[in-house]
Amino acid sequence: MKKRIFALTMAAVMTVGLLSGCGGGATETKAPSPEGNGAAAIKIGGVGPLTGGAAIYGNAAARGAEIAKDEINAANPDGLQIELRYEDDAHDAEKSVNAYNTLKGWGMQVFLGSVTSTPGVATSVEANNDHVFYLTPSASSTDVLGGVANPLTGTVDIQRKDNVFQMCFVDPNQGSASAQYITDQNLGSKIAVIYKNDDVYSTGVYNSFDAKAKELGLNVVSVTTFTEDTKTDFSVQLSDAKNAGADLVFLPMYYDAAALIFTQANAMGYAPKWFGIDGMDGILGVEGFDTSLAEGVMLLTPFNADAEDEATKNFVKTYQDKYSEVPNQFAADAYDCVYAIYEALNKAGITADMSAGDICDKLMSEFTSMTFNGLTGEGMTWDDTGAVTKSPKGMVIQNGAYVGMD
Amino acid sequence: MKKLRNMNPAVRTNFLTYAAVLLAFAILQPMSMAGKLSPTLQGQLVPVCAYVVMALSLNLTVGVLGELSLGHAGFMSVGAFSGAVAASALQNAIPSAWLRLTVAMLIGALFAGMVGTLISVPVLRLNGDYLAIVTLAFGQIIKSIVENLYVGVDGKGLHMSFLQPTVKLGEGGRMILNGPMGIPNISKISTFLAGFVLIMVTLAVIFNLVNSRSGRAIMALRDNRIAAESVGINVTKYKMMAFVISAALAGAAGALFALGQNTIVASKFDFNTSILILVYVVLGGQGKMWGSILAASFLTILPETAMMRDLRDYRMLAYAIVLILVMLATNSPVLKNFFGKLLRGKDEAKKGGVK
Repeated sequence: MKKRIFALTMAAVMTVGLLSGCGGGATETKAPSPEGNGAAAIKIGGVGPLTGGAAIYGNAAARGAEIAKDEINAANPDGLQIELRYEDDAHDAEKSVNAYNTLKGWGMQVFLGSVTSTPGVATSVEANNDHVFYLTPSASSTDVLGGVANPLTGTVDIQRKDNVFQMCFVDPNQGSASAQYITDQNLGSKIAVIYKNDDVYSTGVYNSFDAKAKELGLNVVSVTTFTEDTKTDFSVQLSDAKNAGADLVFLPMYYDAAALIFTQANAMGYAPKWFGIDGMDGILGVEGFDTSLAEGVMLLTPFNADAEDEATKNFVKTYQDKYSEVPNQFAADAYDCVYAIYEALNKAGITADMSAGDICDKLMSEFTSMTFNGLTGEGMTWDDTGAVTKSPKGMVIQNGAYVGMD
Repeated sequence: MKKLRNMNPAVRTNFLTYAAVLLAFAILQPMSMAGKLSPTLQGQLVPVCAYVVMALSLNLTVGVLGELSLGHAGFMSVGAFSGAVAASALQNAIPSAWLRLTVAMLIGALFAGMVGTLISVPVLRLNGDYLAIVTLAFGQIIKSIVENLYVGVDGKGLHMSFLQPTVKLGEGGRMILNGPMGIPNISKISTFLAGFVLIMVTLAVIFNLVNSRSGRAIMALRDNRIAAESVGINVTKYKMMAFVISAALAGAAGALFALGQNTIVASKFDFNTSILILVYVVLGGQGKMWGSILAASFLTILPETAMMRDLRDYRMLAYAIVLILVMLATNSPVLKNFFGKLLRGKDEAKKGGVK
């Protein structure tokens, strides 16, 4: 009996200690209150998986945005300041709406959207209903934007949400661009595809790749799938590709699964050419991964952490100093998002006391007319569909580094 | 008050449970209508109702029937997808959102009940823990099936394909369910009022079942299967009755949940969701319906409160610690005695029944 009371008391004390400990950390992450000149801060919110299986993407985006916010606030002490807040959705549509509502209660004026696609579909509907400007760094599904015809039926299932814009490539563009690239460069005669069929991103890219490959007459000899539950063993998929004699394997997926595929293919002595998309970016940073296995992997990506230009170098350095890891394209996309929004805010003459709805109207007209230069592309433009126009860079991994290919 | 005290304890608890749910609704609904609730709580009203019904229905299997089910989210999934597909397909046929929601919930309940019947026929003939393992597998099977199912609708009706999206649709056709991408464009028609009604219906079904002849047979099976069998109780029949009713209620909850979301995907209803609902039941007390209601609402709202959100990275850790504390507290004899003294007379609540 006494023991139990003791245990309870101890647990209570520990919780209190923990909570008070966290309290300090929590206040720290809040944006500094704007000083001088009476310039108030504009509240920008974002939602992403900061915990759970997809946490690497959410955290990367939140960190990229955080760096952009810090830079902007430091560079414009007298101008418009930004307050940034990221909320966790654990890559779940239901929780992302909760997170969005939390931000709404906080007084968010501009929304950085969801980091991942499925939650993005849910939050974009909410933001559209509330008329809050929405620019997602990386939710690439066309369902987020709406207004795009379903490739199966040719009908538009989701109406265009006019205040929603994307910073990343939309999935179908990546798939068809990859098929086009493979054909143009004559990279393979027999092509295998492995994709993750419970993932909106992977499936979306595959469907458009498939359509374009048929149109171009690519010889696709093997198509295999995996899911979240089976992403540890690829022997079946690789054997299928090997037996079909594929000399190029297209991998529309994120780099964590791809790292395992390279390792397992190496173990079974299968060495085709590999072709990836922007999700492959980051593979060289996987812990415990032998980067020599990724030698010769080709990928289409908008961002390259090894690029020599000044902006990328600075960003990579700041990111490394702060978080001791190399930023991936999620971080770069979120960084660009904050800068693009800030540029548009200033151009439209928006002040922090405006309502979210008024800001949304102005940003919508600003975004469809402006040209933006960022880390993930030069001369980016947006049109009424909400999709960004920028050209993917073809990269190949050589000697453990990304090198541009022509 | 005196009358309340002299009531049969089981009847009194049932009465108080209805009254508490009604009271909560009577307070929240006007606040919600007047826009006085925080956006977060406002958005959670419908999901909380769905989770409460899920916890109540699982409590029927776990608490009243005494069988461990680890695949309850599977029934929710069946109800969610069948209900949402039905609501989407009937968009033009039934313009009234109310009627459409009711039909969707009935269809969800029907499908989940059918699936429940299907798997209970072979499974419930087994004894012991096999049910837990098979329900676990069942949850995974449902997830895989929905992830590979493509449903579209055109003028001629519903069209389906499995594994590959090869649905051929006529003029004006549209896809509803896109395999792993789920249903991306649900029109939200679930309301808090509908959720409240569903909770009340669920309570009525469960309380009436438990206080009936069948309910006593089900509880006899839980307490001592061999003794119950020896006095002529049909084991399979009564087990199936409880199991199928539980599945059907979960299906209705699934439809309510899905139609309160913008998008649903099959992976939402995975093993973790099943366990989450089991946590509600265990925390609230097996067989205690009011406990399930309380635990489900508390644990759904808790991680989204401003206080928890402010903890940032430590949010889920703090959530887990609160869970442990509540478990310790509810099992502490000191606290039990304390509450027992507070509610003297109530602690004689009859054992074995729905407490």
